[in-house]
Amino acid sequence: MTTTKTKRRYTLWISARRDPGSRWFLGGLGLVSVGVPILNLMVPASSPLHLTSYGLTLIGKYLCYALLALAVDLIWGYCGILSLGHAAFFALGGYAMGMYLMREIGPRGVYGNPILPDFMVFLNWKKLPWFWYGFNHFGFALIMMFLAPGLLGLAFGWFAFRSRVTGVYFSIITQALTWALMLAFFRNDTGFGGNNGFTDFKDILGFNLLSDCVHVVLLVITAVMLGVSYLACRKIVASRAGRVIRAIRDSETRTRFLGYRVESFKLWVFVFSTVLAGIAGALYVPQIGIINPSEFSPLNSIEVVIWVAVGGRGTLYGAVAGAILVNYAKTIFTTSFPNAWYYALGTLFVLVTMFLPRGIIGLIPNRARLRGDSNEQSASE
Amino acid sequence: MAHMKSKSMFVVSSLLTAVMAVGGMAKAQDTIKVGVLHSLSGTMAISETTLKDTVLMMIDEQNKKGGLLGKKLEAVVVDPASNWPLFAEKAHELLEKDKVAVVFGCWTSVSRKSVLPVFEKDDGLLFYPVQYEGEESSRNVIYTGAAPNQQAIPAVDYLMNEVGVKRWVLEGTDYVYPRTTNKILEAYLLAKGVKPSNISINYTPFGFSDWQARVSFIKKFGSEGMKTAVVSTINGDANVPFYKELANQKVSAEDIPVVAFSVGEEELSGLDARPLVGHLAAWNYFESINTSANRSFINEWHTYIKNPKRTTNDPMEAHYIGFNLWVKAVEKAGTTNVDKVIAALPGLEVPNLTGSMAKVLPNHHITKPVYIGEVRADGQFSVVWKTQNAVPGDAWSKYLPEDKNILADWVTLNCGNYNKATKQCSGQNYK
Amino acid sequence: MRKSPPRVNGWILVVLVCLGSRAPLSAQSPNDANFLTQLGKLRDASYGDKEKIIEDLGASGYPNVRPVLRAMLEDRLYFRNSDQKVFLVKSAAQGDSTSLDLIDPVTLKSAGSASIENLTEIGINNHLRRILETTLARFGLSSPDVSVRLDAVLEIEKSLDDSNVALLRERMAVEKNSKVKKEIATVLALAALNDGSDPKALLNAIATLRGSLNTDVRNRLQGLLDRNPDGSYVESDAQVRAAAAEAVTTINHWRSFYSVIETFIFGLSQGSVLVLIAIGLAITFGVMGVINMAHGELMMLGAYTTYVVQLAMPQHIDGSIFVAIPAAFVVAGLAGVLIERTVIRMLYGRPLETLLATFGISLILQQLVRSIFTALNRSVVTPSWMSGTLQVNDALAITYNRLYTMIFTLMVFGALLAVLKFTRIGLEIRAVAQNRAMAKAMGIRSEWVDAMTFGLGSGIAGVAGVALSQLTNVGPNLGQSYIIDSFLVVVFGGVGNLWGSLVGGMSMGIVDEILEPYAGAVLAKIIVLVALILFIQRRPQGIFPPTGRASENQ
Repeated sequence: MTTTKTKRRYTLWISARRDPGSRWFLGGLGLVSVGVPILNLMVPASSPLHLTSYGLTLIGKYLCYALLALAVDLIWGYCGILSLGHAAFFALGGYAMGMYLMREIGPRGVYGNPILPDFMVFLNWKKLPWFWYGFNHFGFALIMMFLAPGLLGLAFGWFAFRSRVTGVYFSIITQALTWALMLAFFRNDTGFGGNNGFTDFKDILGFNLLSDCVHVVLLVITAVMLGVSYLACRKIVASRAGRVIRAIRDSETRTRFLGYRVESFKLWVFVFSTVLAGIAGALYVPQIGIINPSEFSPLNSIEVVIWVAVGGRGTLYGAVAGAILVNYAKTIFTTSFPNAWYYALGTLFVLVTMFLPRGIIGLIPNRARLRGDSNEQSASE
Repeated sequence: MAHMKSKSMFVVSSLLTAVMAVGGMAKAQDTIKVGVLHSLSGTMAISETTLKDTVLMMIDEQNKKGGLLGKKLEAVVVDPASNWPLFAEKAHELLEKDKVAVVFGCWTSVSRKSVLPVFEKDDGLLFYPVQYEGEESSRNVIYTGAAPNQQAIPAVDYLMNEVGVKRWVLEGTDYVYPRTTNKILEAYLLAKGVKPSNISINYTPFGFSDWQARVSFIKKFGSEGMKTAVVSTINGDANVPFYKELANQKVSAEDIPVVAFSVGEEELSGLDARPLVGHLAAWNYFESINTSANRSFINEWHTYIKNPKRTTNDPMEAHYIGFNLWVKAVEKAGTTNVDKVIAALPGLEVPNLTGSMAKVLPNHHITKPVYIGEVRADGQFSVVWKTQNAVPGDAWSKYLPEDKNILADWVTLNCGNYNKATKQCSGQNYK
Repeated sequence: MRKSPPRVNGWILVVLVCLGSRAPLSAQSPNDANFLTQLGKLRDASYGDKEKIIEDLGASGYPNVRPVLRAMLEDRLYFRNSDQKVFLVKSAAQGDSTSLDLIDPVTLKSAGSASIENLTEIGINNHLRRILETTLARFGLSSPDVSVRLDAVLEIEKSLDDSNVALLRERMAVEKNSKVKKEIATVLALAALNDGSDPKALLNAIATLRGSLNTDVRNRLQGLLDRNPDGSYVESDAQVRAAAAEAVTTINHWRSFYSVIETFIFGLSQGSVLVLIAIGLAITFGVMGVINMAHGELMMLGAYTTYVVQLAMPQHIDGSIFVAIPAAFVVAGLAGVLIERTVIRMLYGRPLETLLATFGISLILQQLVRSIFTALNRSVVTPSWMSGTLQVNDALAITYNRLYTMIFTLMVFGALLAVLKFTRIGLEIRAVAQNRAMAKAMGIRSEWVDAMTFGLGSGIAGVAGVALSQLTNVGPNLGQSYIIDSFLVVVFGGVGNLWGSLVGGMSMGIVDEILEPYAGAVLAKIIVLVALILFIQRRPQGIFPPTGRASENQ
């Protein structure tokens, strides 16, 4: 028994090492988490190789998006659940972190109120609303970063999967969900700073958020989280449960007839995915320095799906590649050809869905992928 | 085999990193770079594209005059795509990668709040051209748009004293600018003896389009025998359906005038203005104001944009003022060094387009005249009232109890948030 | 506070004489030169001076005063810079007009035209507008047109003073029309309430006003019930107070009754917009199973088509809508056929991927519009027959554009049902939707039917865009703001079921409007969304169970 377990763990690691996609991905991640600190902190600012804090933030942002894309790929690529509301879970994680960061400002705010964040003072709130309690402790906030998206995912998924809401219907109600949340967070009376959201963070755990050093640490944490999440996702899809999940994707009814409790499997993987999205959001906020309701925008969620589709779904590293690639293109385009950005993005979506159903990863010669584990075969069919 | 692969992987990755790093390298300083940070796509493109063109036109003009300090100006235009985090990212890019001397940009408050820490950290200089809610004064920002006391308060004064309004509907979009403006106005009206039951405050979401019930309420509220006016801080897209509904429910300007702070010539060019005739707007500039400076500005604009029908508006004038102030400050300081330019700015004066002078105050706001205009059928405004003198902008409102003791002064106090009572400077990020 | 216009001695007499004889008495009418001098003074007059001049003109009895003042009110009064002469112009200046057709103020005949640079408008403000309207209303009292007379009475009600009351009394004596008579009686009773100290007169007035729902009436009656600071009543007579209190109760009762009806109508009108934006999607998504994220942008194309049509026929704005509807149908329909043939054709059987591809198309269409028309909103004019309100009574009014939108929605809905039910293409669409293989076997060109179906759905989206252009902004973001709503309506109603979309959209609209006054606009919307999510989670097949291809993908 123990030997099989060890063996399985061993197989996972071996398979990750054997699979070229994983190798590239994990290697690249390692390179980033070593290279970025060196280029930013050790290379002098005058050197052409110096990485500015702009570059630092940019890479951090890409990694957070990559984690979000990973979360979407897990449920879409492997379980066939197309969530068009995953940005909502991302934003919830972000808001949980943001609430901590706001409380951390303490009396250094504009109005100098030690307890109430500026926007509450401004709206004449006398008391901290109950849902803000505890966020001055990082530990509590940390738990909420997992719980807030996870519980919403649980409740939403439980109702949806139990009633067998599938396919398009599920996608549409996830859109409605993120839209409703966006409207709610836009309201100033809801208590999350309205349209402005949270900005002007001072520090995290006592470390100044304006310093590059803190950003480097955050970036490395993000890279590590991405790596760990990737391995966790791989473990899930390679497990027995992972096979059931893929079976559900391929034919839900048949899987149910075979005696599996389809709803539980779907719910479980969905909740795991929402928690990943929440972590991505929580890591995103301190690096970017702002969180506001437009993160809930339905368009954002669709964009995430696009990253996954462009990269190639059902491979995990494809999603990561897609997220980084599309966002890098966005950075370039919005500077060099601002007017062409929408054309480029639109055309990309159309072409990828029409001609590259397996995304860019699908372009890599088959032989290399065949040597990987057998998951990909069923995933791409 | 595997060994070779990982080697090539290393090479490619390090190349990528190197390319990114080189991108961040500064180019040779043969021009002065001017950053333009306005959304060219997304929901705000409608307003901000015009401002980008305005700055480009001003740069063009300046280069024709021989540039600045013997160097040509070079515009660096980026598109933050109406996405607030992207504003911060692009501000980073402009300041760190392109090393611009100054940035003209932002429209919404949240975009300004988003870039503010970046400007304070990287020590940049931002000229912000839009009327806003106040409650802020940053060392690194010059606010060339109106503060609430340069737009909202005079408009209410006009309605109260000249039109005899007794009952007020404060109708706004639910975000920080209307919230603050209405808070200040409510305090002001109560101080003037208006009963709380004669003030109705309501907020609707962005892009709200179903105004039937609200307009019907306004009609009822206004039909109780006292002269009623609507003070509208409704934002952008929600305005067209609002005014259409007003016109359809026959709420005429003579019965219940609506004074708007976010509706200008450009917004009116997007709708049929005839049903709105007589409704009011308060601004610091109107295209219809007949001065020679304004006429030549409009001509220049039409030539530049190659469209004789394009309107000009208040935020454009703010950029006009801001750009000229910056040029003058650079000439005075003899350098584009941000610290020296910031030090040179307070006290500087340049003419605005309506025949008076815009002066930079120690609180980084400027003096502006206030005009009230009535909408004409052709989408322009005819000025019906103006302040005697240019009004100095207040960073902190006199009418709010929590703001009363707060001062912003970058000349003597070197603080944007100084409490007179506790003698403390708080909420500052700059080093 | 504004003072009411100063009274001019003899004013009433003059007007009465004019009204009575309809032709001015030559002895009292100033000659043309006088009239022109008066007009000339308007050139440099301040707003205060203009007020005086308008009143003098109104009292002068000169025959052309009415058209001239009307022109002034409508921004059609100009003077020519070259010779300082005052002219009326045929139609007010538009943003793009370069010259205006002049009308001589004395002869009222055409006097050539002048370039807009050579003309200066004689400006007015809100205060002058009110004075002009009252002055014109006095003329309007004797108009042969009943509706003009009614409007005049209502206008005069807004500035009641002795002279106007006297004027109304005169009119009352000769008025034949019962509606106008009733209105005048109301206004006169109102006036009596104002200055009546005689309890009997007051009671009479209250009796007259009992059935009225007019807000001024309620306010004045309410005023009778007010107390002085010392606690005593303003009105000393208890009988009068009792009568007033009873009348106020009745009025409030009826007004709240009508406000319920009003909310219901608002709900229907919002619902009909939702239905309109959803029925195109009910075809493309409901029948074909294509998740068309570009649906909103097809509506946007329809709205821009309306704009272009209006540009092409600036002289016939009123009729432009009737050209725009088929034009929008064709433009959006062709765009739809093009999208179907080039992209969606390759993606049948992969519904979630049509979502991605059409989302890409929506981005391209948005940017295309931005490149062609700029990011600025475009101005679409509301035809005159669509503006204004249908005044049912003093407490209830329905705006015409909402009324027409409701009717239009029902027409489009009916037409679509008819097409699907009674035409050959409708039969084929249904056949392919039910069983593609069988339909093919029966000789139906299923590919052609696909293209036509998608074209039909897109065309209807375009038609919906025409309606939206009358209600909201015509800009590149038009589509985005409606896309989720339209999907929700279709799913809520039951995919593939047109009646479901109708019922679903209408009920969403009504619930939203009922909640809005209590919860505020945002919370109402959120409640509706959450309710929808919960509903769909309990009953994914919607109100009416789905049919068609989408259901096969379940």
